Amino acid sequence: MSGAMEALRGFVRDNAGINLGADKDYLVVSRLKPQLTSWNVATLDGLVDRLRAQPKGSLASQVIAALTINETLWFRDQKPFEALKSVIIPDLVSRVPADRPIAIWSAACSSGQEVYSIAMTMREEEQQLRGRRFGILGSDICEPVLARARSGIYSQFEVQRGLPVQRLVKYFEDLGGEWRVRTELRANIEFRALNLLDLPQNMGPFDIIFCRNVLIYFEPPIKKAVLASLAARTRPGGYLALGGAETTLGLTAAFTPLPGWAGVYRKTA
Amino acid sequence: MKTAVIADDSAIIRRIARSILETFGFACREARDGQEALDICRQSMPTLLLLDWEMPEMDGIGVAMALRADPEPGPKILFCSTHNDLLHIQQALEAGSDEYVMKPFDSAILEDKLRSIGLVN
Repeated sequence: MSGAMEALRGFVRDNAGINLGADKDYLVVSRLKPQLTSWNVATLDGLVDRLRAQPKGSLASQVIAALTINETLWFRDQKPFEALKSVIIPDLVSRVPADRPIAIWSAACSSGQEVYSIAMTMREEEQQLRGRRFGILGSDICEPVLARARSGIYSQFEVQRGLPVQRLVKYFEDLGGEWRVRTELRANIEFRALNLLDLPQNMGPFDIIFCRNVLIYFEPPIKKAVLASLAARTRPGGYLALGGAETTLGLTAAFTPLPGWAGVYRKTA
Repeated sequence: MKTAVIADDSAIIRRIARSILETFGFACREARDGQEALDICRQSMPTLLLLDWEMPEMDGIGVAMALRADPEPGPKILFCSTHNDLLHIQQALEAGSDEYVMKPFDSAILEDKLRSIGLVN
């Protein structure tokens, strides 16, 4: 086993330029083991043998993808969720008609942790919401990660990244080694494959859009186009949460920063 | 200064946990069994008790319950165990644990758990 781990670390280093330290062995195991059957190998040693035989084949690309996809965290950065609780919900409750559901969009939701973190926050603020319903759309360009988001199943490693254990106990079922988000929490969530550069015309409008750590990958003209497209799908006075390293400055006048909440913006009108 | 007691009968786990906790500024003491953990804590109460479940003399649940029964405010208790199922986690929370780390763990998980109980920013 340790020989296989060393070989896999070497393989990823040589083919993707990424150094996985020995302390990441659990990650290698948790990412690769569930896929061994679909690759038709029984063990990690067997996988190493196949990779040695075909170091540039499609199996090699799949192994690299499995080991290098960024981990997504629960309640990532915490701030946007605090803003949701202490500023955004009170504001929306004060002016949104009681019979209209609050519409939320997580625009690059990857494997779903952000969507479910929003859902947990909304559930925990039931008292503030005073019976208001809400719906959450989670979208990503990548269908395989959406399938994971939809399944709501996460590894032991994943449920320990940013998720307080009290919430694990409250919102997850124990599948024995993996954990699944309970049906109640998934009730008003929908997942759709969407490309931010080519959104359907009739989408929205939303009261809150989370679009975090996406714009950093785009050139300024694309950032402008995406922000214009998000603005067109945000209700007047609605909110936009960007990543900590992202800004609307110089890209759009449609959103203004929410004072005291870095990364959170309000649609101007 | 933040202080931690690492209670685990495995010397390897104690060493790994110590090296991680020290990077977060904790001064660490170690205990090899539950009774020793309880004695060390009562001698001088730490900020954090990293607590294994299965240990000689007294198990982690016994330690947590004893500390929570003491009148003085106890440490933040972070269970760290291979009992990775819902029932065990619930039992630990009921015994007074603040957080729960399922083994195996790494520094990222431990950091997230320390953040969850307010011991790192």
